[in-house]
Amino acid sequence: MSFIRTAVRSALSRRSAFFRSVKHLSTDAAQPQQHAAGGGSNGAKFPGAQQASFVTAPKLALPATMEPLPIYRVMNSEGVIEDESQDPKLDQGTLRKMFRDMVLLNTMDKILYESQRQGRISFYMTNFGEEASHIGSAAALSIEDWVYGQYREAGVLVWRGFTISDFINQCYGNAEDQGKGRQMPVHYGSRKLNFVTISSPLGTQIPQAAGAAYAFKLQPNNQRCVITYFGEGAASEGDTHAAFNFAATLDCPVIFFCRNNGFAISTPSAEQYRGDGIAGRASGYGMAALRFDGTDVFATYNATKLAREYVLRENKPIVLEAMAYRIGHHSTSDDSTAYRPAEELEVWNTVEHPITKLKHYMIRRGWFNEDEENEFVKSVRKQVLSQINQSERIPKPNWREMFQDVYQEMPQHLKEQMREMEEHVTKHQEHYPLKDYKQ
Amino acid sequence: MNVLAKATTSLAAGSRRSAAATAALVRHSSHFVYQPDAKAPIDGPTQKMNMFQAINQAMDIALEQNDSALVFGEDVAFGGVFRCSMGLQKKYGKGRVFNTPLCEQGIAGFAIGVANTGAKAIAEMQFADYIFPAFDQIVNEAAKYRYRSGNLYDCGSLTFRAPCGAVGHGACYHSQSPEAYFAHTPGLKVVVPRGPNKAKGLLLACVNDNDPCIVFEPKTLYRAAVEEVPVAAFESPLGKADVLRAGTDITLIGWGTQIHVLQEVADMAKKQLDVSCEVIDLVSILPWDKETICNSVKKTGRALIAHEAPLTNGFGAELAATIQEECFLHLESPVLRVTGWDTPFPHVFEPFYIPDKHRCLAGIRKLIDY
Repeated sequence: MSFIRTAVRSALSRRSAFFRSVKHLSTDAAQPQQHAAGGGSNGAKFPGAQQASFVTAPKLALPATMEPLPIYRVMNSEGVIEDESQDPKLDQGTLRKMFRDMVLLNTMDKILYESQRQGRISFYMTNFGEEASHIGSAAALSIEDWVYGQYREAGVLVWRGFTISDFINQCYGNAEDQGKGRQMPVHYGSRKLNFVTISSPLGTQIPQAAGAAYAFKLQPNNQRCVITYFGEGAASEGDTHAAFNFAATLDCPVIFFCRNNGFAISTPSAEQYRGDGIAGRASGYGMAALRFDGTDVFATYNATKLAREYVLRENKPIVLEAMAYRIGHHSTSDDSTAYRPAEELEVWNTVEHPITKLKHYMIRRGWFNEDEENEFVKSVRKQVLSQINQSERIPKPNWREMFQDVYQEMPQHLKEQMREMEEHVTKHQEHYPLKDYKQ
Repeated sequence: MNVLAKATTSLAAGSRRSAAATAALVRHSSHFVYQPDAKAPIDGPTQKMNMFQAINQAMDIALEQNDSALVFGEDVAFGGVFRCSMGLQKKYGKGRVFNTPLCEQGIAGFAIGVANTGAKAIAEMQFADYIFPAFDQIVNEAAKYRYRSGNLYDCGSLTFRAPCGAVGHGACYHSQSPEAYFAHTPGLKVVVPRGPNKAKGLLLACVNDNDPCIVFEPKTLYRAAVEEVPVAAFESPLGKADVLRAGTDITLIGWGTQIHVLQEVADMAKKQLDVSCEVIDLVSILPWDKETICNSVKKTGRALIAHEAPLTNGFGAELAATIQEECFLHLESPVLRVTGWDTPFPHVFEPFYIPDKHRCLAGIRKLIDY
């Protein structure tokens, strides 16, 4: 508890520093950097560090001397906007959608988590505590912007219009799943919504996002950027290093959105890195960065909006770091009480909860109607439960789909293997769950 | 000798990874004699080219034909350490032909992202030996993109190029032939050209193919292989083997540089043993041309497979197993594999490591006498 107060206090005390840095970001960015040969004032000429100058005494660059990047926030835990100039002034309709999308995600998570516990789906991962970072960032993007995610970004899909049935059909891998039942639950994808299909290997999507952004940049009149989400754990992968460096050197309009929720499964962030989080790495790559309160939907929205304008205007990447707390277990295969205290969780589940904060704000504005919201939660519950029943009854895709899409066209050897399986299944059908599959 | 000296110089210039590879320029006599393709793949005017020039021309055509095509990798901007991308940046600009940071997993991941948008990515891995940092991106990502997304997304417009194979003095990290690692990965297409015509045709076919492709280019052929190559664009089919010479007594199967060893071995077998060899360039490792191989073995009754990569789990094992299964009643002797040994690729012992013509000929003798 005291830890939170300290964090809040220190964030407040650094506010002025933060605004300086934002100003710095938006003005400095417009001017190309000087790369004069021997740019150091006293004549250093090494090609590898052209801006540096000589000194006559050794001075260790100690991490302790670096000021940690401040955490930008717009509203406090009571839903009070601390600096009116930072109010994004979203209209009631937009705010209502933001709130309801967060609630929908939260409600759907609770039920699907339970349904995994009952053995109805094989696996699930909740988004508890990170709803604001999904919805806030998604709202600040254009739907034309491509999204490369990790797996805990379902809210981005909610915002873009992925339906309850889309989510649940994927989790069941039934014939209505656009992914054709080939991947584990929560590995969503949508061509229509420009959300690139999730894969399990961590960090792999990050250099891919840089490549896609580069290709978009070369298209005439490009108005499209790429955002890639990843956790602070995935940021330790080599692919993250690759992506940061490629995006910086090749000038890619990509937003690196790190969800720093304090844990990678059981590993606390203190065992993940020693530097100033993930945003603190950006300057080492020559990238802009912004750290913010990821439980504050307004801070997330403003940060992402600023980042989007920056990357498209400058054709340069940016690192965003959304600070949050992973309230749920890592996945349904994890029991997080084995590695963290319940009291800590309680705080994040109540006063520091993203939905609670936005609710406080809406109450202040007089935009919140308790009965209406209870009714909404009830109707979402009903939709999710009825969709579960429905998705369960939809047959799985024809088993021959197993052989499709390995290549664009099925090569001869796969045709032969499919035929072999057909013959086998015909002969031994009693051993295979054929009735569960589309014929 | 001259040819190899040139190749040696090229490797030395190109290698910045390993001082050891450049320190001692031990030059052996070449273990193969290049056999130019007898017939041009298409009609029309031709030009005498070595393999790096043919590859350069293929990339030139790809960049010309596709506005979205990009060529990138380590040191490709100035022309590449093997000269394959010479002049391309000047012609197509820094936006389309460019250096990346030195990071293979980044090159592969970046290429996949470019290809996700539908743009054509032609990415170079400086040596096939250094493709392993990108193994995760290639195997878990590129190969599975279309499948795992239910065909919502793919990276079919990407092609990786990687110099591979023995070069006389490349030792552990400038000599490897890693095709078997990738042949175990559904979703990839893997090819190995035997010379300039094949390199040009395969590269253009890969660029235009809708699946992720890897072209392993035997680096010793970049300068050594010279032949008449059609100036116009053409594609060599993926998944098709080439029967380079017909024979009746034994089928010799190889790819890349080894094809030239096997052609010389076929001459030696004719002269010394009066054995008629059918020589087949497999060309495409994945998917591979089972029909052509098995038809040949059914006819000759004997098969010898030769590759530079180590024996155990090398691609020869896949061929041998399939030949055994498909041609069992036609076989008059076991299927024999003559390959690199199950050791890392050595420096000073290279002449004892590679499956040279003498080991291949001894293999033929063994099978004929079986």
